[in-house]
Amino acid sequence: MDTIVAFFTDPANWSGDTGIPNRLFEHLYISGSSVVLALLIAVPIGLYIGHTNRGSGVAINLANIGRAIPSYSMMVIPLPLTLTLAPVLGYDPGFGLTFLPIFIAMTFLAIPPLLVSTYAGLRSVDRDLIESGRGMGLSERQILSQIEIPLASSILVGGFRTATLQVIATATIGAILGGGGLGRFIFDGLSQGVAGYPSIYSGAILVSGLAIGVDLLLAWVQRRLTPRALRTARRPTAGPPTLSADEDLQWSATAA
Amino acid sequence: MPPGTKVFDPGWVADHVGQIVERILQHLELTILPLILGILISLVLAIWAVRQQRVYAPITAITGLLYTIPSLAAFALLVPITGIELITALIPLTTYTLLILFRSFASGFTSVPADILEAAEGMGYTRRQRLFRVELPLAVPLMIAGVRLASVTTIGLATVAAVLGGEKFGGLGQLITEGIQTFFPTKYLLGAVLSVVLAFSADFLLVRFERFITPWAHARVGGG
Repeated sequence: MDTIVAFFTDPANWSGDTGIPNRLFEHLYISGSSVVLALLIAVPIGLYIGHTNRGSGVAINLANIGRAIPSYSMMVIPLPLTLTLAPVLGYDPGFGLTFLPIFIAMTFLAIPPLLVSTYAGLRSVDRDLIESGRGMGLSERQILSQIEIPLASSILVGGFRTATLQVIATATIGAILGGGGLGRFIFDGLSQGVAGYPSIYSGAILVSGLAIGVDLLLAWVQRRLTPRALRTARRPTAGPPTLSADEDLQWSATAA
Repeated sequence: MPPGTKVFDPGWVADHVGQIVERILQHLELTILPLILGILISLVLAIWAVRQQRVYAPITAITGLLYTIPSLAAFALLVPITGIELITALIPLTTYTLLILFRSFASGFTSVPADILEAAEGMGYTRRQRLFRVELPLAVPLMIAGVRLASVTTIGLATVAAVLGGEKFGGLGQLITEGIQTFFPTKYLLGAVLSVVLAFSADFLLVRFERFITPWAHARVGGG
């Protein structure tokens, strides 16, 4: 316990490339950029299939296949390609080892929960509301932006929450490939035997703290976006939610 | 990759079948033990939550919190306590299954219609008989859906256990780690591809298993 306190109070661990602030920045940088790219890919497709209900089978199956691939494996499958392309495209081979494959894996892993939740969120909207929107003369674009997206927003944030947590966890594993981020405290510590325990423990505390903090923040956002009527209705029946638990399972399971 | 290295060398695979089989068996050990433990714990928790509804929310919150901790961190947190041993990998791998399994088991039980439960009571079933002969069989499809998800997830998380297991119990993740450390693509690609194949096979086998034990759920109308 004292050694962990010593780790956190040592000024050397708070500055430079291997300090906590820089490792945290690296972690957030790679996680953030891959989630943004995944959003740019998954949300338009999810909105299209959710709104039109076209091609949903294909998209959901692809998302399921994506989810079955272990994140550590996903990270090394692009590796031969990212290393070979380094001289061709003129980037640093180190970048092709410690950033690009991790980034590709994380983007790929974030797409299924985002795609499925966007689709499922839109499909959860009451058909009568959409029909009455049409009857009022709203264009398809207006139906999407003024009816479907607002009503689906808490489910959309739910998918974003799953994707973000998956990505934060995967970025931790990226340390094995020599990537930056908070996982480095754990991985570097593991190679030092008993002397590495303070680093291992502190890294684990930092990573878990980050994941739990982000999860609580997004859970709060998700709750804020849930229509008030649904929020209070759930309280008295705190028992097993019969349908939603099952639906939830379809896109919630993605630990890494 | 040094120039001239083949991306995939089938000759190496042929020469190292024994080692590869050993890693697959280790991976199965890392997957099956946590799944069995997870199923037993979740079953007890789910039966408890169906009887006492107020424990459902706290159990979900706790298993959800355990699920949120990234796997590398969970392994690392246990290293100073349990050392670099198999048990250090098995504990987090088990706790990761609980959220998925508990929720799917609980929703499986609550999916049994109330009139079926009443009919069972009317036929004179005791509570225990009703559980084993009526509720469990009817909950099976949702339960297996949870087991499928949990097994795919566990197979994936077990690859990370290689950072602890090394030669002793590293599983397919060990092939990946060794391949990276020696810049040998055949080895890490093999480890990665085999883990994906394992995940898909487990999923496929569980679908077949569900059809086998719940023939009534898939019977075709009109006798087929």
